[in-house]
Amino acid sequence: MDFKLKIWRQKNRNDKGQFVDYEVKAVSPDASFLEMLDILNDTLVKKGEEPIAFDHDCREGICGSCGMVIDGRSHGPGRGIATCELRMRVFRDSDTIVAEPWRTKAFPILKDLIVDRTALDRIMAAGGYISSKTGGVPEANSIPVPKHDAEESMDAAACIGCGACVAACPNSSAMLFVAAKVSQFALLPQGKIERKERVLRMVEQMDKEGFGNCSNNYACEAECPKKISVTHIARLNREFIRAELT
Amino acid sequence: MTLDSKIPSGPIEKKWDTHRFNMKLVNPSNRRKYTVIMVGTGLAGASAAASLGELGYNVLAFSYHESPRRAHSIAAQGGINAPKNYSNDGDSIWRLFYDTVKGGDYRAREANVYRLAQVSGNIIDQCVAQGVPFARDYAGYLDNRSFGGAQVSRTFYARGQTGQQLLMGAYSALSRQINAGTVKFFPRREMLDLVIVNGQARGIICRDLVTGKIETYAANAVVLATGGYANTFYLSTMAKASNATALWRAYKKGAAFANPCFTQIHPTCIPQGGPYQSKLTLMSESLRNDGRIWVPKKKGETRKPQDIPEEERDYYLERMYPSFGNLVPRDVASRRAKEMCDKGFGVGSTGLAVYLDFADAISRLGKHVIEERYGNLCDMYHEITAEDPYTTPMRIYPAAHYTMGGLWVDYNLMSTIPGLFVGGEANFSDHGANRLGASALMQGLADGYFILPYTLGNYLASTKFDSVKTSDGAFKEAQSGIEDMIKRLMSINGKKTVEEFHRELGKVMWEFVGMGRNKTRLQQALKEIPQIREEFWKNVKVVGAANDLNAELERAGRVADFLELGELLALDALHREESCGGHFREEHQTEEGEALRNDKKFSYVAAWEFAGVGTKPVLNKEPLKFEYVKPSQRSYK
Ligand SMILES: Cc1cc2nc3c(=O)[nH]c(=O)nc-3n(C[C@H](O)[C@H](O)[C@H](O)COP(=O)(O)OP(=O)(O)OC[C@H]3O[C@@H](n4cnc5c(N)ncnc54)[C@H](O)[C@@H]3O)c2cc1C
Ligand code: SF4
Ligand code: FES
Repeated sequence: MDFKLKIWRQKNRNDKGQFVDYEVKAVSPDASFLEMLDILNDTLVKKGEEPIAFDHDCREGICGSCGMVIDGRSHGPGRGIATCELRMRVFRDSDTIVAEPWRTKAFPILKDLIVDRTALDRIMAAGGYISSKTGGVPEANSIPVPKHDAEESMDAAACIGCGACVAACPNSSAMLFVAAKVSQFALLPQGKIERKERVLRMVEQMDKEGFGNCSNNYACEAECPKKISVTHIARLNREFIRAELT
Repeated sequence: MTLDSKIPSGPIEKKWDTHRFNMKLVNPSNRRKYTVIMVGTGLAGASAAASLGELGYNVLAFSYHESPRRAHSIAAQGGINAPKNYSNDGDSIWRLFYDTVKGGDYRAREANVYRLAQVSGNIIDQCVAQGVPFARDYAGYLDNRSFGGAQVSRTFYARGQTGQQLLMGAYSALSRQINAGTVKFFPRREMLDLVIVNGQARGIICRDLVTGKIETYAANAVVLATGGYANTFYLSTMAKASNATALWRAYKKGAAFANPCFTQIHPTCIPQGGPYQSKLTLMSESLRNDGRIWVPKKKGETRKPQDIPEEERDYYLERMYPSFGNLVPRDVASRRAKEMCDKGFGVGSTGLAVYLDFADAISRLGKHVIEERYGNLCDMYHEITAEDPYTTPMRIYPAAHYTMGGLWVDYNLMSTIPGLFVGGEANFSDHGANRLGASALMQGLADGYFILPYTLGNYLASTKFDSVKTSDGAFKEAQSGIEDMIKRLMSINGKKTVEEFHRELGKVMWEFVGMGRNKTRLQQALKEIPQIREEFWKNVKVVGAANDLNAELERAGRVADFLELGELLALDALHREESCGGHFREEHQTEEGEALRNDKKFSYVAAWEFAGVGTKPVLNKEPLKFEYVKPSQRSYK
């Protein structure tokens, strides 16, 4: 398959950046989107040009490294997949494809399609944990957890921290990401002890990092590669109100 | 070089306790005066950094990733072992110890393996306390499954995302310490050299991957938890960036590299689709519980699998191993698949695949059962290949997956360089010549939560340290060495891309040092690898700038190291004139074609000592003694 590409190129944080046109030819429909970029990069390097910088690592949808807006959608067309899982067969031959980085104030662009998502790590550091000490914990089966709660907690814990929810949100809100963590712990007996401080501190850090507010747009859920449900946002809100009131 | 494994004396059950009692402690108020550098924050590194920080040490943690959560531990699917005996099926510390020593084909240290089995139960306690959402039964207790042919159900799991959940647990513990200020995390930093002062590991040289700046950091001790080196094969189930640079540069500074040829090839991966292929995806080996593996009886068969009648199919594993059938261990299943394809029976467009067929299971159990058991895997397969595994057999092929070898460490997980510790997949310690399923996660977390925090403390408490600053000569020298290497890479301006060299090396490694090894092929590899390396240093093209985010430059450094490590891997494989675990020498097999060990000559750890690039390294041997598990021959007929 042949494609025309419009790709965002930006030298560094301070550069203005612009779209640049490329063409790739004879790409196998089975190749992944990132492999298509590999092919393009290979030709660029051979010509002595700088290849397109993009984040990636596991290439199987679990590390959360990859991520770009493709044809206006976070992680491109298709539901429940990360950019690395996107295959070229979903496009039509000789399509023009537009790829650009996550665009939000809280994720400064480092180069081309690579952004800095360490804001998410700082939210985690603010309270995304249970303060258990190494070694100072009870026997595992002394904390039974109802199966249903464990399953729901796992649904939330499936978040890969890619930031697509933020990129998809018209307000650049990180609510789905934060809600997934708050929800995972709030559903477990181990997590209930610190639930109040956790939600307050994580939300405070989220605001500090410059993420926007949630206005129930739900674009996040639609673009989330792990299909994290917005019901977790509802739980986050309940946790937050509860914490503020008590 | 002398190899002192420092195994404590006494009965095996008491060794670790006795050792812990004998270790020196650092007074809590003095701990913050000690700085520890942690390179790598995957399962092993994140758990160690969090635990050391919590104890009060000053920890500097580095990763080339943007966040600890992106380490390749995240990709582990199957589960983690612990002999809790929740299933009441007769499991015990002793049984896990026994299974692991035997599974490793008697090439691991008994004392280490016993300790691993001993602390593995605590790992599950720890993870549950952290909020890891393990699978549970209807009463709310933890669920277990049997994995990788084990006869007991001792594997804990969180859907097909166990690695992700365990890493998130360790990362959250680490985040807590980052918040508390005991750990400082340096993202997007790649360690490029180890700094040794007066014979002790005292610091590292890093490249800031965003600005390209070369930085120096000093400490009292350095820990490497940098993962495995399976990407030497280019195509593997590893993440794209996984590399051996930290290990290799430490090796060149004097750390012995143990058993580099002990590599694991996983039998059930999605085969290569075309020349563009960038990595291989693992399909859980649980598929072999219900899938039947076959190839057409006719060479170069062109019919669709559905059109090939039953009598024209060769279910070769069932034919060769009537009792184990499709469930033979990883190494055996992998070798037979490659053999079939090499003989011309392979399927798919490349001829490098065999069928894994659910048709029988579906007609016996119904499609819904297969869907329930393997739905997510079938979806993943469909996503990648656009084929429906419920109606068309899956195509699978083996791929490089895990490396049992790594830097040599003693019982304290310290390498041959004082003050340099190694944890997780990066060390050679516990899996011998073959790793069993669900035991790498266990080992990484055992090292990080329960072993390194003690043994490092002991080292710090019992060592005299001179004051060291990054302005000292040793740092300057190492830094300029790295800067020179980068300059050299950038200035070659040849014709071939870094990726092309890596692919070329991978092809040689796979063909000649892969599953079936023999003297002629290994010698061929030892001839070709130095040639590729030589050409690399003359003809590689690295574009972009050194003082900028530059993925090509990052890769160039890593591939330069693979080009040296590949040679050592082949050399080790050539020297080990026996077959054991994942190391199969065709000259050494039983009449039935199974691995034939030579315990008389090779019951030792091969610890290689660097002697210069292109010069034969020095072989040091650590003899292995088996007092508790007596070596025997594996049989799966
Ligand atoms: C697909 C797959 C499935 C698996 N499934 C299972 C399973 O079900 N059960 C099981 O027990 N095991 C499994 N394994 C094996 C297991 O996941 C790994 O062995 C284990 O997670 C390795 O952990 P680690 O902490 O040693 O290394 P990693 O998780 O690889 O972490 C390495 C860290 O080091 C950093 N690093 C490396 N080099 C440098 C450098 N030079 N400078 C700075 N930082 C550096 C990286 O950034 C990263 O933080 C699987 C492996 C794969 C590939
Ligand atoms: S909630 Fe979904 S989109 Fe947001 S970071 Fe997590 S996985 Fe990505
Ligand atoms: S590269 Fe890991 S999720 Fe896409």
